[in-house]
Amino acid sequence: MRKELSILIIVILGVFLALIAVDLTFGAPDNSAMDDYFIRNGQEQAATNNIVTTVVFDYRGFDTLGESTVLFTAVIGVALMYRKLVKGDADENE
Amino acid sequence: MRMSKIVRFSADVLFGAILIFGFYIILHGHLTPGGGFQGGAVVATGAALVIVAYSYEEVLHMIKKAGLMLQESAGLVMFAGVALIALGLGTTFFFNYLANSGLLFGMSVPFGPNPGELNTGGVLPLMNIAVGIEVWGGLAIVILYMLSGISKAEEA
Repeated sequence: MRKELSILIIVILGVFLALIAVDLTFGAPDNSAMDDYFIRNGQEQAATNNIVTTVVFDYRGFDTLGESTVLFTAVIGVALMYRKLVKGDADENE
Repeated sequence: MRMSKIVRFSADVLFGAILIFGFYIILHGHLTPGGGFQGGAVVATGAALVIVAYSYEEVLHMIKKAGLMLQESAGLVMFAGVALIALGLGTTFFFNYLANSGLLFGMSVPFGPNPGELNTGGVLPLMNIAVGIEVWGGLAIVILYMLSGISKAEEA
């Protein structure tokens, strides 16, 4: 019973996802003004061949600053969480 | 826990190659796919390899936690600092003031497909390096802390 139920769920989910994938269209976005701007001006304004890096670090640099801060905060959190576990270590109180 | 001599020797040999590959991804972030985050993760993988192959006590002598923490903080400060210099020059935050300037990383790029030149990109390579330093320090210290938790749990 359990096995048949899981097979049924997998089939339903698979058909559902396949139907969505059939309807997807690639390469023709509705609003492409922003993409065209980046592709046309990115190489001259940022002097960079890699448009993705240009967007991530130049046009959307503030977003990347937030990303780095999130990573920094996550590492601080892990360090705090494991601090009590490793009390015996010599270099712990630095 | 310590792996066999074969694993440790392989880790020693592969460590340098992984590090060089990671630095390559970071430095060529403005030319090829990849960048600071991806390259930093690759470098942290090298640290993870050493941590897996050797025992926790041995790793503590090779990799210092304080040093990794310093690298992580320095990377974030360098990233924000490079962006803040633009404010001092009278432009907006995160303005690419080195692009097309002829200084460090200041060569121009023609429009359209071209082979690419390492000395381009303005502040983008500097930011890639900063983010790379931050990511490898942060990920390596996370792995190190988690391993310390495992070694304590095994003793108990």
